[in-house]
Amino acid sequence: MVGGCGLTFVGCLCVAWEEQFELSGVLVSSSVAGTVSPTRQALRRVRRDRSARAGVVIVGLLILIAVAAPLLVKLSGQDAYTHHIDLLDPARGNAPQGAVGGESSDHWFGVEPLTGRDLFSIVVLGLRTSLFIAVVATTVTTVVGTLIGISAAYFGSWYDAAVSRLIDFLFGFPQLVFMIALGIIVPPGFPRWLLLILVLSAFGWATLARLIRNQSKSLVAREFVEAARSVGSSGWHVITRELLPNLLGPVLVVATLAIPGYITAEAALSFLGVGVPPPTPSLGRSISDSIAWVYTGADPWFLVFPGAALFLAVLGFTLLGDGVRDAFDVRMRRAG
Amino acid sequence: MPDLAWFVVRRLAAALLVMLALSFAVYLIFYALPADPAHLACGKPCTPDRLEQARHFMQLDQTTIQQYLNFLRGIFVGRTFGEGAAAVQCNAPCFGYSFPLARPVTMLILERLPITASIAIGAAVIWLLVGVSLGVVAALKRGKLLDRLAVGFALIGVASPSFLVGLLAILVFGFWLNMVPVNGYVPLTESPVDWAWHLITPWLVLALLYAAAYIRLTRAQMLEELNLDHVTTARSKGAGEARVVLRHGFRGALVPIVTLFGLDLGGLLGGAILTEKVFSMQGLGELLLSAVGQLDVAVVVGTTLFSAFLIILANLVVDIVHGMLDPRVSHG
Repeated sequence: MVGGCGLTFVGCLCVAWEEQFELSGVLVSSSVAGTVSPTRQALRRVRRDRSARAGVVIVGLLILIAVAAPLLVKLSGQDAYTHHIDLLDPARGNAPQGAVGGESSDHWFGVEPLTGRDLFSIVVLGLRTSLFIAVVATTVTTVVGTLIGISAAYFGSWYDAAVSRLIDFLFGFPQLVFMIALGIIVPPGFPRWLLLILVLSAFGWATLARLIRNQSKSLVAREFVEAARSVGSSGWHVITRELLPNLLGPVLVVATLAIPGYITAEAALSFLGVGVPPPTPSLGRSISDSIAWVYTGADPWFLVFPGAALFLAVLGFTLLGDGVRDAFDVRMRRAG
Repeated sequence: MPDLAWFVVRRLAAALLVMLALSFAVYLIFYALPADPAHLACGKPCTPDRLEQARHFMQLDQTTIQQYLNFLRGIFVGRTFGEGAAAVQCNAPCFGYSFPLARPVTMLILERLPITASIAIGAAVIWLLVGVSLGVVAALKRGKLLDRLAVGFALIGVASPSFLVGLLAILVFGFWLNMVPVNGYVPLTESPVDWAWHLITPWLVLALLYAAAYIRLTRAQMLEELNLDHVTTARSKGAGEARVVLRHGFRGALVPIVTLFGLDLGGLLGGAILTEKVFSMQGLGELLLSAVGQLDVAVVVGTTLFSAFLIILANLVVDIVHGMLDPRVSHG
């Protein structure tokens, strides 16, 4: 039962929720459906939960901003690459002129110190990068983790044993250390965003796979699965029609709660200088660049805007994930 | 308890196997792929025969498998690079030799470990105390103001990236209020007071973030446990509330907390990379980061393996403690 997401640097949420799953045994039973489907019930519960609603609003807003980022940048009349040296104050080590980091009607969040690039463009495009990487990594790990988890439980024997050992192996890996170290051996020509997605996915699927495997194990022993098998249903049919619908809740919960983890991981790697390379905007790198300006007090706003964007993104997805978890967790539900 | 002894032996063997597989994978990945340590060591201009010399000296002219076996043997009996007067000695346990730094990797790790351990252990004590007690209180006062505050605090902690909180703490407490030192490390043996004073900000920052997970976990577990039949039975038999909460409720919540704690601490000891970077502490994480910057493969492999070793060790300890705390875990 020992778990670990290895990404301990993000405060290892994964173990926490994994434990909760294993102990509360989230199972959305399809046999006791009643009139309203469990999914519909869960949705209703999310809608009633105030903090989950706040999460939905924040996430919706941020996704909208991320998707429309190029449009917003165009709307502001700026771009993330043009240097505006004239807006900097050479007397203060090229910090932006004026209050609030050089904020003006042209530059909504002011400009970056040293280069004078438009900070609003950098933040919204950086948010786009973060969310893109997090969402793609989540999609990949969810699909891969679910398939491997279910198939391991269904087919059992040596395949199950091999998968379980592989997961143990991945949990033993110092993931952040490895992700940083990979920077050495991957040729510089390889696109970094793709590398980030690959690395995050390569480690990320294991948490979900183990959870799904354990959940499916108990499902496989149930009568309805046996019934389906006894009438000659194929393995594919049993997995997609009998097992998968019953696992929808846990999968959805893990996927939603994984996103903030990936956002933080991507930002952390960029912060350490092994994320997406400049000049592509990235929240983590902007935060890293801001250190010197914060320390000298010359331009703390350079930290505030990207920092707030990152914090909001992680907070929004965590609120939403918590709501989804509470909604699907039959036992944690407020009874009456 | 022969059952437990057998369980421990089996877990130990499994951990050793995972460690071996891991070391092989790490070695293969870092030595089979492009960056060539000999090329970096041979200097400029790098003539083919000088490169060959460097390769031979660093024992990179052997097959990868042979190199890996040398590496393993070095852990037990040490290694010598080159011959005669120019020979470089790497005493057992030798986890590789950093040619750019001209030091054995084991020495480098041992030098940095006290710093990382100081950060990790100090923070762990705080977050365990704060997180678990707040979690218990929140569960007992469910729905009340205190619960809401604890849950809100936990949410902020979970949603805050460590480097962001660290930077803010330095900005506010270090620069604006000028209360605490902003960086640097003073060894414990030199001055315990200065040691703690320099570490207080990183401790609190890490503790804030980690405590959040413990509040959430403890609260959820306690709520779960307090609803179980044996707790109701204890209450109906007239046991005092304190006894019910501690003996019956908390006991059940202990196992997942111990699990999480072991893994968190194990992971952090292998390098509190972000914290070290933010607070400019020269710990293991910083060692790795600078090694990556200088393409020092030996150090990268050594620190990666050391972190992996700590994580596997933490898993092992957690499993064994788990087996002792929870009689339901099968020893067979």
